[in-house]
Amino acid sequence: MGRYRSYLYAFLAHVAFVLLWHFAVVWSGVPKFIMPTPLDALRELFEPHYNWGTHIWVTTLEVFGGFTLAAVVGVAMAVLFVWLPGANAALMPLLVTLNMIPKVAMAPLFVIWLGFGIVPNMVIAFTICFFPIVLTTYRGLMEVEPELINLVRSVRANRWQIFTKIQLPGSLPYLFSGMKVAAVLAVAGAIVGEFIASDRGLGNFLLIQQNMLNTGAMVMALILITLIGTALYGLVLLLEWVFVTRKEVAR
Amino acid sequence: MTAAPFIRIENLRKVFRVSGRELVAVQEVTLDIREGELVSIVGPSGCGKSTILSILAGLLPADGGSFEIGTPESPFTPGRDIGMVFQKALLLKWRTILDNVLLPAEILGLPRRESRERARDLLQMVGLDGFTDAYPQQLSGGMQQRASIARALVHDPKLILMDEPFGALDALTREKMNLELLRIWRESRKTILFVTHGIQEAVFLGSQVAVMTAGPARMADQFRIELPEPRHLDVKTTEAFGAYARRIYGLLGLD
Repeated sequence: MGRYRSYLYAFLAHVAFVLLWHFAVVWSGVPKFIMPTPLDALRELFEPHYNWGTHIWVTTLEVFGGFTLAAVVGVAMAVLFVWLPGANAALMPLLVTLNMIPKVAMAPLFVIWLGFGIVPNMVIAFTICFFPIVLTTYRGLMEVEPELINLVRSVRANRWQIFTKIQLPGSLPYLFSGMKVAAVLAVAGAIVGEFIASDRGLGNFLLIQQNMLNTGAMVMALILITLIGTALYGLVLLLEWVFVTRKEVAR
Repeated sequence: MTAAPFIRIENLRKVFRVSGRELVAVQEVTLDIREGELVSIVGPSGCGKSTILSILAGLLPADGGSFEIGTPESPFTPGRDIGMVFQKALLLKWRTILDNVLLPAEILGLPRRESRERARDLLQMVGLDGFTDAYPQQLSGGMQQRASIARALVHDPKLILMDEPFGALDALTREKMNLELLRIWRESRKTILFVTHGIQEAVFLGSQVAVMTAGPARMADQFRIELPEPRHLDVKTTEAFGAYARRIYGLLGLD
């Protein structure tokens, strides 16, 4: 199938989903406060007193901030593990254990430690999406053909050359697959954080509207959260295309 | 006149310790190789062929015996004068063919411009001049292996070590690559050690053949191959070729 045709199919599936939603609500006669139509939800966007801008900005900051922090710390830690096998032997199992802690359950603690607001939610997003990045990047860095190492060692390649010329670029596909998993988790982390301790952000807004049974605004908030996640995911895909796919796809 | 051999291997021995047990990987290997010779090392899997290459490349220490590479007229620099080719082409898939070929030159810190020029010339020699800017996955297995041969030559090393380089190719491509290798060898005048488990291939390529047997891993015999040069595929149908092949089959207990 041609590339443009597959884009078209994907687009049509999205449109069909929205139409299906709309007509399912209209024809079934479900009341608006249970399930609004897409148009009802969209209408909420034009209510100025909702302060959409602030909420979108706060959630975006938390998601992207937590994700970026996780990518930077995750890659640094994976590199450390590769360079210091002792650190890997000691810390990797500890990391696996710590990863078993439901990060969501730590949110109340983060409130005590870091207070109310953007930072603790960013930290929750960070803790939840940091692990897949460490794990996949570490695996990618270690995934090197031993014969290739022999080949470069036969001309006395040093550790730094092996790292920069072979290991690091070779780990990029792994890093990106980890980042794709992390992008989804980052959104979930930030929203749960807002549920628990926040006075702003789309997650917080969602809870407030729930109290008023304002389902249309809630669905709109959900759509916006999804769009923030999609934007992050799209950014990862774009970077992946620039650094990996572009070079691996035959033109 | 007989010049001093370029490589002198004397009673080489290598033992691996695997969970407390000693495993003899290589023993009784004695071999003299002249400069510019293409020597085949043939034997079954696990007879220590690859281990010999690793020792010569300076990647593994020997446990006994000795080896020397180089002559006063043609000195050998360890960690510099080695080119390696493996069964897998091992090209970096994020680099173009040209940049892949340049890898050893980059590691050795050779001057950029000259290396690029040399890499282009080598790619032309191996028949890949139209593919310098292609990525490895766009090339067939045989073409990838040509690129890896160009990579082994880019820093102008004196010794090329090849570890079953055509073992993963289909039979026809393999025949073609054998002819190509002979041509590249004649043009580049390199000393080549060619490890294979293909008996026909060993006889067809080698000016000398060393036969290794497994369990215990040792060198069973070595002899010169006197066939008309330059060699063409029809040499394989000659009586002399058959006699060499039979001799190896006999040494490997396959007769």
